[in-house]
Amino acid sequence: MNRYIVLRVISGLIIPIILIFAFYIQFHGEYSPGGGFQAGIVFAAAFVVYTLLYGLEAAQRAIPPKAAHVLSAAGVLLFAAFGFAGMLLDGNFLEYKVLLPNDQAAETFGIIGIELGVGLTVAGVALTLFYSFAGRRHDR
Amino acid sequence: MAPGAGRCVIEALIDIVLLTFLAIIAVAIVRIRNLLAVTMLTGIYSLIVAVLFVLMDAVDVALTEAAVGAGLMVILMLATIALTTREERPHRMRHNLLALVVVVITGAALIYATLDMPRFGDPEAPAHVHLSPRFTQDSPQEIGIPNMVTSVLASYRGIDTLGEAVVVFAAAVGVLLVLGSGTVRRRKSGESADKDDKDASP
Repeated sequence: MNRYIVLRVISGLIIPIILIFAFYIQFHGEYSPGGGFQAGIVFAAAFVVYTLLYGLEAAQRAIPPKAAHVLSAAGVLLFAAFGFAGMLLDGNFLEYKVLLPNDQAAETFGIIGIELGVGLTVAGVALTLFYSFAGRRHDR
Repeated sequence: MAPGAGRCVIEALIDIVLLTFLAIIAVAIVRIRNLLAVTMLTGIYSLIVAVLFVLMDAVDVALTEAAVGAGLMVILMLATIALTTREERPHRMRHNLLALVVVVITGAALIYATLDMPRFGDPEAPAHVHLSPRFTQDSPQEIGIPNMVTSVLASYRGIDTLGEAVVVFAAAVGVLLVLGSGTVRRRKSGESADKDDKDASP
């Protein structure tokens, strides 16, 4: 990859920006378009760009496939945990109002929590899919 | 009144141009045999659809369409092409009259059905008189966040979103079972780096 110095330099500039944009979509989703789903995809896209430039091995050193699998499961579990937390506090499944004394704060807290769960799942799943497809050749 | 009318005309023009592009790209996708080109065209198609969503003020959907349709899906299709073949096998086209009749009738029925739909942006449409006012008027106080799309998705329809997350997770599990995890085994230095690059960039 040493041949493409322009791509290298540009990617060094652009990948951090993509990652920060992913976090922005994630945590600003309550005020502007976006949310966990979009953020997860954009986060994974940064690693796709990295892979195209530096190879799959380098990308998997940064986030191993195992970690991506754990991430996808952890997101769903976090989401479900918020649901069951409501039940434990004498509410319905996924009822956020019982989580905190202030209703609005509780709703916002619940939304941020489950959006984080969605974001983790989607980022993990997108990476898992990409690794599975791109790494298929190496398995043979 | 005049500036608003001008804006409407320009928006209609943009809509027509974009929809024409969509039609042209769709025909090209059907006709072109080179799968790499077809993949690029589907990406462009998604981007144009995303622009249309922005014009309809559905920015959340537009963001998703741009990220998934134009980004991730194209990459996955490129990876699939790298695993299979770049050229669609030519097959002899036999004209099937029955198929044509079925398609024409179905298309006509669908277009006939759209005549019953409310006009685009009609404030009297059923969707806008029943639930929308409830969400647009009450959700800022009830939930306390300004983006109503997020309120609906994450709070009012939380279980749906949980279901979506589970479906996405299940998709990953399915791909893992069929294709494997794709883990690259570390090789000794020397032969590794350059070859990886070629393989990974389809």
